[in-house]
Amino acid sequence: MQPFTQLTSPVVLLPRADVNTDDIIPAQYLKVTDKAGLARGLFARWRYREDGTPNPDFPLNRPEAREARILLTGPNFGSGSSREHAVWALMQWGFRAVLAPSFSDIFYNNAVKNGLLPAQLDEGTHAALVAWVEAHPGEAITVDLETREIRLPDGTTFPFHIDDFSRQCLLQGLDELDFLLRHEDRIRAYEQAHHK
Amino acid sequence: MTRPRTMFDKIWDAHVVEHIPGGPDILYIDLHLIHEVTSPQAFAMLRQRGLRVRRPDRTVATMDHSTPTVALDLALADAMARRQLQALEENARAFGIRLYHLEHPERGIVHVLGPEQGFTQPGMTIVCGDSHTSTHGAFGALAFGIGTTQVAHVLATQSLLIRRPRTMRVTFSGRLQPGVTAKDMILALIARYGTGLGTGYVIEYTGEAIRALDMAGRMTICNMSIEAGARAGMVAPDDTTFEYLAGRPFAPQGEAWDAALAYWRTLPSDEGAVFDREIHMDVNDLEPMITYGTTPGMGIPITGRVPDPAQEPDPARRRLLEKALTYMELRPGQPILGQRVDVVFIGSCTNGRLEDLRQAARILKGRKVAPHVRLIVVPGSETVRRQAEAEGLHRVFLEAGGEWRHAGCSLCIAMNGDRVPPGKYAVSTSNRNFEGRQGPGARTFLASPLTAAASAVAGQVADPRRLLP
Repeated sequence: MQPFTQLTSPVVLLPRADVNTDDIIPAQYLKVTDKAGLARGLFARWRYREDGTPNPDFPLNRPEAREARILLTGPNFGSGSSREHAVWALMQWGFRAVLAPSFSDIFYNNAVKNGLLPAQLDEGTHAALVAWVEAHPGEAITVDLETREIRLPDGTTFPFHIDDFSRQCLLQGLDELDFLLRHEDRIRAYEQAHHK
Repeated sequence: MTRPRTMFDKIWDAHVVEHIPGGPDILYIDLHLIHEVTSPQAFAMLRQRGLRVRRPDRTVATMDHSTPTVALDLALADAMARRQLQALEENARAFGIRLYHLEHPERGIVHVLGPEQGFTQPGMTIVCGDSHTSTHGAFGALAFGIGTTQVAHVLATQSLLIRRPRTMRVTFSGRLQPGVTAKDMILALIARYGTGLGTGYVIEYTGEAIRALDMAGRMTICNMSIEAGARAGMVAPDDTTFEYLAGRPFAPQGEAWDAALAYWRTLPSDEGAVFDREIHMDVNDLEPMITYGTTPGMGIPITGRVPDPAQEPDPARRRLLEKALTYMELRPGQPILGQRVDVVFIGSCTNGRLEDLRQAARILKGRKVAPHVRLIVVPGSETVRRQAEAEGLHRVFLEAGGEWRHAGCSLCIAMNGDRVPPGKYAVSTSNRNFEGRQGPGARTFLASPLTAAASAVAGQVADPRRLLP
């Protein structure tokens, strides 16, 4: 997994609450046996019009979104289904960080396991950042995982939250499966002790 | 004397392989359920690293999400779905995993099959790459959904790295009135406290109204814990649980049963155990509930009116409500009763059990579905289908003008070709009313099997209490 330390990028603003994983990638795009081509389904119901052409009003279709690697969105992001396809689709489109006041538990876990930073913002920070992005479309901000800070071009900083272990995993690009496999003797001992 | 512990604490503590200081625990998983949609990439991860499945004997596979329900014929599935189903078959064979394949007589939705076959037992840790894994918590198990990367972790190590969640107790007091069900209890909880209530928590449901429920009702409530934001919901095991489990194919038998029973009786939360959060709801005056919007939290009593966004003080919530009503094409303040309905779906891991079908049949017996309504009844498993047919329930549905299908997720997720047409209204016994969930442009009202059946007959949203025998 690619480590995440710092990211400077423009921001896509999706100011909705309760964006669920069906919104992020509808079920029709899940009929795959690999991870390829999922970016096509990202926010498909909002991103395309009924005739399949891009909806110019959707934030992802605006010119300034092309280079954006950061998604700023509302509370309870990623609720609903456990589909990891939601994280894969976001990352294949190019996102490396999602900033929101809160995340669903499963989405948060899936994100960290793929190197997508789920940065949790206090409500005041969220409101201030949304206002700033609205006033400065296309301008880059920096997300610094070392310091758990978001920096604006004028030097203003905002804190964000992420639990310590997830932060370490992202900073080091730690693969959790390798980590678990290194504990195989402990797992074996547990199975023996508990007659499993 | 030791500190009183919650049921969650007891089960979690008994499964910690290793605590990572300042971080998560390595948690041992007793039962891993897999299905065709979220497992192929996990098997690919195993193959990439040359890993085996550590405990195929603790892994059970079924086909449910993208299976055809009109007939058990793989040729009816589209090419992509077929490839996914074939991949599961190949993976199960290659790694030695028990598979309930398409024609298997006991195949079913993973969360119906597990309990029905006795794989699901009290005290277990159970995971599946599916958020409705919370269903199994109805047995006093710790059961939760995981992503595909974690499916690979469990396949390879039978363990997960996971932070200990917080605990919440939801106490339902009082007694349900006739026509009011478990589905209405959980919809009411989510309507009152929102879809973020349980984020970071495991919920234990308790109180006399929970104790009075059968296992199907408890499963319905635990199933929709995820709609309240909680990864897991649980109910303490009691005689209702044990009677359900006794004699199931994979439940312990003989002496093993006695030993298991003795352990299971130690699981309920101790007197005085402390939860991080407590919520209390009384069900005495609870009405049948129905959703009007595009999140499961947008629910009202069946005699209620669609809320008016103008009365919503919080601007973000107002916008959300406006968007939902635009999508649903509903007027602020309109009564939900009488709203036109085009499709009625009875099924899913929330309400696709024999008890749910019996409820629907109580209303439908001797009645006809309104001429413009399409009623689709999809049993949760092939076992449920056979039991329902043995009771003649299928004849009730067919004579009413409904369709009687084979088991699968069907219209709950609309991956298998079953879908609600754009702009049409469905009353659905499933768990999610998200935009497009039941098909692009589909509009979903979530409700109980009773309310769904009553609405099918009326051709509009209807109060089941007026049709009950």
